[in-house]
Amino acid sequence: MGVLTIGVFPGLVGNMAYDFALKLADAAVKKGHKVNIWFSGNAVASVKANQKHLKDYSTGEQYLKSLLERGVEICTCEACNLARGIHRQDAIEGVQWNAMHWYLAKIFEADRVLHIGGE
Amino acid sequence: MADVKCAFIVQRPQYKGETSRLAITHALAYQTVEILLEDGDTVTPTLCFIGDGVLGLTKGQKAMETYGITSTETHLKNCMLVDLHILVCKEDLERFGISPDALPDASEMGAEVSINVVPYSEIQKVMEEAKHVLFF
Repeated sequence: MGVLTIGVFPGLVGNMAYDFALKLADAAVKKGHKVNIWFSGNAVASVKANQKHLKDYSTGEQYLKSLLERGVEICTCEACNLARGIHRQDAIEGVQWNAMHWYLAKIFEADRVLHIGGE
Repeated sequence: MADVKCAFIVQRPQYKGETSRLAITHALAYQTVEILLEDGDTVTPTLCFIGDGVLGLTKGQKAMETYGITSTETHLKNCMLVDLHILVCKEDLERFGISPDALPDASEMGAEVSINVVPYSEIQKVMEEAKHVLFF
């Protein structure tokens, strides 16, 4: 089985690229692949805990928790979060906080990289 | 020991969105990735600007004065100081009437590399030789 690293930059709400990234990660895990996810840019807001799933908006929290439970490594850009006023104590448990070199390290080990650019 | 080559392809103008700037800062992180890798392993990015991505690269930027943020010019100089390969598409610069002389260099700061203005075919070659291609 392979290693897939996904870089996610678009925001949770506003387009379906974020939603696509998590569903792709889910499919890859189900096939037995190792998956790493890096959040940067507007995607970092999705690590905030206690999201309310309203039917008109995408939600990230339930997918992220499910992926974390199945061994997916998820890391968010600390600087991007702090710039948006989101702090570690407000985040979903299990999400790692690090800097951009984390993404490069996961790119290093990946067989495939899917980089989903932001807005 | 292994080296993984990555092509960072920037297609959007600086300052219009965050992504084009994040391409530069992510590429710069190659300087510190070694702390997370085994000894001798490296990641080598090449930062390429094509299409509308060639906009917002020129020298003389006043981003700190105007927006209170670090300028792209400063980021590019930092890239040159750490020997990051930077390629700018010659055809796209010409399309926008931007002279290669308008691009910053960091030689006065001691940089040994500079921005390379190259035909698109060279950027294509970089993408073909890279293990991973990331579009910003």
